[in-house]
Amino acid sequence: MSEAADAGDGDEPGVESGATSGAGAVGDAPTELNLGSGGPSVSEEYPLQVDSLRKSFGGITAVDDASFQVERGSLTGLIGPNGAGKSTTFNLITGMLQPDSGTVTFDGEDITGQKPHAIANRGLVRTFQIARELQEMTVLENMMLAPKYQRGEALWRSVTPGFRGDVIEQESELLDRVWNVLEFFEIDHIAEEFAGNLSGGQRKLLEMARALLTDPDMLLLDEPFAGVNPSLERRLLDHIHELREQGYTFLLVEHDMDLIMENCERVIVLHQGRVLTEGTPAEIQANEEVIEAYLGGNV
Amino acid sequence: MSVRDDVSARLPGGDAGLIVAVLLVIYAAYVLIGVGLGYSLRGQLNTIAVLTFYIGVFAMLALALNLHWGYTGLFNIGIVGFMAVGIYVMALVSKPLYESGGAAQVGGLGLPLVVGIIAGMVAAALLGLVIALPALRLRADYLAIVTIAMSEIVRFSFLSGELQQFQLLGERVGFGGGSGLILDFTDPLEAFFGFFGLWDAYLGFVDSFEVLVPNNPKPVVDGLVYGVVLLFFVAAFYWLLKRTGESPFGRVLKAIREDEDVANSLGKNTNRFKIKAFMLGCALMGLAGILWLMTSGAVTPNFFRPRITFFVWIALIIGGAGSNTGSVLGGAVFAALLYQGPRYLKNLVDTVLPNADAPSGFGPAIAPLISNFDPAPLFFYTIDSIRQLQLVFMGLVLIWLMHNRPEGMLGYRKETAAGIPLTAARARGTAETDGGESGGGSDE
Repeated sequence: MSEAADAGDGDEPGVESGATSGAGAVGDAPTELNLGSGGPSVSEEYPLQVDSLRKSFGGITAVDDASFQVERGSLTGLIGPNGAGKSTTFNLITGMLQPDSGTVTFDGEDITGQKPHAIANRGLVRTFQIARELQEMTVLENMMLAPKYQRGEALWRSVTPGFRGDVIEQESELLDRVWNVLEFFEIDHIAEEFAGNLSGGQRKLLEMARALLTDPDMLLLDEPFAGVNPSLERRLLDHIHELREQGYTFLLVEHDMDLIMENCERVIVLHQGRVLTEGTPAEIQANEEVIEAYLGGNV
Repeated sequence: MSVRDDVSARLPGGDAGLIVAVLLVIYAAYVLIGVGLGYSLRGQLNTIAVLTFYIGVFAMLALALNLHWGYTGLFNIGIVGFMAVGIYVMALVSKPLYESGGAAQVGGLGLPLVVGIIAGMVAAALLGLVIALPALRLRADYLAIVTIAMSEIVRFSFLSGELQQFQLLGERVGFGGGSGLILDFTDPLEAFFGFFGLWDAYLGFVDSFEVLVPNNPKPVVDGLVYGVVLLFFVAAFYWLLKRTGESPFGRVLKAIREDEDVANSLGKNTNRFKIKAFMLGCALMGLAGILWLMTSGAVTPNFFRPRITFFVWIALIIGGAGSNTGSVLGGAVFAALLYQGPRYLKNLVDTVLPNADAPSGFGPAIAPLISNFDPAPLFFYTIDSIRQLQLVFMGLVLIWLMHNRPEGMLGYRKETAAGIPLTAARARGTAETDGGESGGGSDE
């Protein structure tokens, strides 16, 4: 991992340096990522728009009138102290929770209250805070699961003689794509391992790789760096920057302030379920309210 | 390392070879014990036929349950209800029309057996759908509660006087209530061979057994042939479920078992997959129920007590949930050792020591052991009560398995969920230079 660590040294602030060091770090990587699908296809300037989102659990209002939007092709950070409502917001956007009120718009269409699988199929795909690999499946099986609308997902086609040929044919194509992505993320050497046997960092890589195979337009990453060692964190960031240059949009929940400030173009700060402020990293760092929110108002 | 890794690799034919090998060992053991103790040939053949029958039905049921539990993680403990619906609906459709004065209290619709079998499977699948729609939204344990309640509801429904007899399409039909239903449709073997125009040839084949089994060889040969038919059905179940598992469909099922939220977040409509898998498994359980009972002459609702459900669960746990090969092996081992084994043992002891009198209760059985160290009465008492003790023995085996080998004989969940082999996939040209933190993790 020395080359990745070298590329990441110096801690240069700013997005540009992050992106260039990313390109350098994966210079040794065998392939440029080719998903075989033509990449993201959103047309809106702001593919994700969240408007007056509200959700309470019993007496606790977890998300309280939150509104923000995410720019196409950007890497946007969503930060906030513990309990600010970041994970709840993610769950509301991806349909895992139903909002009490407010709307979520993706690529110009209202997706509020849709089922998680429907939202994922529209190209808005999430990863989880604690990596949720499918433990008793191999890395390859995990990856092969992800592509959308596989022919063999229809039971009759998978079992009926004469039609299974189509399924097998598509499986071979998918397997090629899967290997490409595994090589891009440099986890091809553990392809046959059970996902439950991977290290924490490898699980994070697997989860992101798997999400990419769904041909998303936008990825919601819930603390992708939690529990990841610094060199792997660098590698993950490089991958994210490279993908962003290819046109993918990212919304990133993260606790590590330095990391957010160095890598994101825009930062949204949640506090007590509301959007406290948003802006460039420099603006956020200079914002008194943010410092107060993080340090409990005693500064 | 699981048994399969050690053994299966060395056997020709892989998993299928392993299944055949285990079956051969079981049969050899039964035959050897029988021969050693001077069993008659007729008795031997009957034993083999009965053994094959139970291996067949338990293997089929374990395979169907494996689709529910091993693949999809659906906790179905209402297996027996689907079996009951299968055979009862099949009887309703295929029993001959009612004639007054006949032995049967009620008739059926008089349609061919194959129509009845399909109707029974469809009915079991639809019952599965009715249960799945509300229950699959809930977590696994709620499905368990709903399914076991359903199986008892089914049993009590068939017991009830309301359904004993009713009019359907102008015919007098019914389920017979508590006194049972006579299955007076065509003999299934006759229908089967008759369909191919081979019934007379079959009868000739049976007659040729006079040499081996004098005096009416037909019941013996029928039993053996039906056992073979059941094994063919096991093979068909295995083929179907292997194809189901080794496909993108099976991959989604596995993902649901592992983490349904993840499958959802990757765009899979998990409810739809769960309902499909559940209905397919229920239809297969219905078919297994039909095959179990269609040659038995009559069926009563109280046959369908939950204990059969738990027998199937034991079979699956022995074999290893998640593996189709394991399901077949579990069914075979359960049938041979736990289900038929004790009864066979009792028959053997009765044959060897025909005049042994078993004590009438536990007191007289244990007293000689304490007073003058004579274990014989206790032994005979044990053998005499073996049908009751069988359940105790099964419980002990289950507890031992849960403690020592919860993954079953074959280890856990090894069958690859893809239409193509994923292991030897790509020729890795370049040497891996990438070690680092990843290499350590994979050793965990």
